[in-house]
Amino acid sequence: MERRRSFPDVLAGGIFVLIGGAFVAGSLGYELGTPLRMGPGAFPLLVGAILAALGLAIVVKGLVAGEVISFGPIPWRAVVLISLAVLFFGFTVRGLGFVPASAVTTLLTTLASSRVRPLTVAAVTLGLTVAATLIFVVGLQLRIPLWGPWLGF
Amino acid sequence: MELLDNLALGFSTALLIQNVLYCFVGVLLGTAVGVLPGIGPTATVAMLLPITFNFEPVTALIMLAGIYYGAQYGGSTTAILINLPGESSAAVTALDGHEMARQGRAGPALATAAIGSFVAGTAATVVLAVAAPPLARVALRFGPAEYFSLVLFGLIVSIALARGSTLKALAMIALGVLLGTVGQDIYTGTPRFVFGQRELYGGIDFVSLAVGMFGMAEILRNLENERARTVVVSKVRNLWPTREDRRRIVAPILRGTGLGSALGVLPGGGHVLASFTSYAVEKRISRRQEEFGHGAIEGVAGPESANNAAAQTSFIPLLTLGLPAHPVMALMVGAFIVHGITPGPNVITDEPALFWGLIASMWIGNVLLVLLNLPLIGMWVRMLRIPYQVLFPMIILFASIGTYSLGFNAYDVYAIVFFGLLGYILIKCGCEPAPLLLGFVLGPLLEENLRRALIISRGDPSVFLTRPISAVFLFLTVAALVITVLPAIRRRREIVFTEEE
Repeated sequence: MERRRSFPDVLAGGIFVLIGGAFVAGSLGYELGTPLRMGPGAFPLLVGAILAALGLAIVVKGLVAGEVISFGPIPWRAVVLISLAVLFFGFTVRGLGFVPASAVTTLLTTLASSRVRPLTVAAVTLGLTVAATLIFVVGLQLRIPLWGPWLGF
Repeated sequence: MELLDNLALGFSTALLIQNVLYCFVGVLLGTAVGVLPGIGPTATVAMLLPITFNFEPVTALIMLAGIYYGAQYGGSTTAILINLPGESSAAVTALDGHEMARQGRAGPALATAAIGSFVAGTAATVVLAVAAPPLARVALRFGPAEYFSLVLFGLIVSIALARGSTLKALAMIALGVLLGTVGQDIYTGTPRFVFGQRELYGGIDFVSLAVGMFGMAEILRNLENERARTVVVSKVRNLWPTREDRRRIVAPILRGTGLGSALGVLPGGGHVLASFTSYAVEKRISRRQEEFGHGAIEGVAGPESANNAAAQTSFIPLLTLGLPAHPVMALMVGAFIVHGITPGPNVITDEPALFWGLIASMWIGNVLLVLLNLPLIGMWVRMLRIPYQVLFPMIILFASIGTYSLGFNAYDVYAIVFFGLLGYILIKCGCEPAPLLLGFVLGPLLEENLRRALIISRGDPSVFLTRPISAVFLFLTVAALVITVLPAIRRRREIVFTEEE
């Protein structure tokens, strides 16, 4: 296996250092306590420090002799649309109700594929919305209104 | 005979009509997601978990367990027919199984996988029934120091078996443990890392984490380079193995069952290890070594049995110690807790009907799998033609609905996006998500037992070394760490996992 400078290693290590560091900084704001009675901050401080140290080691290793992994393309369209779809569901399911929230979420998600045809989008959106309503609301008695208060019903 | 009484109780629970029904639904769903590439059992269980909250606890667990071992089984069907293992442990089956299919012997390969899985599943269920009660009695004597060391051991062993860099796997565990600290502190009630949001006081929901890391991140991976899935499916003719085949598969099935039952108990991915080891063993002792890789039926029988046996016995650490050995089991811990049952050594005495019912249902599940799969192979093959453009919107929608219905909390849904994106970047950088999920589930146990042990020992950290069981586990943890770092083993791991790809 070829070993050389590796961008994914540095990126992964950087993320670990960042998150570990953030938890260390955060836990300093809580009581650390003594070994006998560890406060709420002690354990996250310890693990956060371990994570940051591991992250640092990964960065160093990535600069010297990293794993050769091809990072590959990022499907921006899918990343944006799927994130939006899920956020939309969380944000509107109470206000708009189950059916509109599900339909829009499915529509946005289906569009994430760059090869999809308009007819497929319509069919999948309709089909999945009906299926989800039947399964979750009719079948499993999920207590979410079908049409929400924002629509004026 | 106490065992027979217990098994009778188990079967009387598992044979209740709704339990058989949901066991059937579980193995059917499990086989379906095992067959479909791009949707795994972890994401499926995470999505369906909220639905099972309305069930009786034993029914819920029977169904979730069914999904787990159904998926192990379904993965081997696609491995044989289209050389596309649905689960990592089925990768070995593809080596000889697909070769057999190309020679027009897909039928015997599938039948061998089914028979091997059934024999192994039956034997391993007996192992589970015999071994679990004494182990649970031992586990009852564990104090916080022992638990801490055991959990630490389980976490470290899980990376020894994960693919990729050890450093990254360790970091993923640590990240999981850290994410597990979000929410109110167990001893003082102090809210930690909640950014003043009341919705975060209960902690991050592990369903959001699992759906994000295993569902959304995986979908983004698959959408990177979309191509029409062309499925060249081998024709399945006469299912039954010839007399010669039958003679050749007996010994590998028995050896695979033994190996799998033993290795499955290891916390952390024992079933993958079991199938690889079984393949290596069969190849070494066979008189027809040159046939391996070119359609040797032993190469299907051994690993398939090992894999299925290990899938059953990996319930032993879960049911006796409360330690999950697989991301799906981590989710099952959540299912136990939601129903007010703490998984661990007390389950067997406090909830005997649940414990023995679950074990009995595994055997029933294995019977259902055989009945289901041999006649339905045609249907599974047709399912492979479902376009991904229908599949992934379904996963996203059902995941959103399922996660929201957990607690009608929009933050749980937002968390999917956060963990999906984080998981996607980390997976692209070569980090496996499974250690993170195990760390997340086991992290709170680690902290609680660490703090409790120190309170009992009056702040003296040497307690972890002076208590013998704890010291043994710590020693094993260090040994496991050293072994994964040693170059010789690393090379072997690389070989094993390149074969898989």
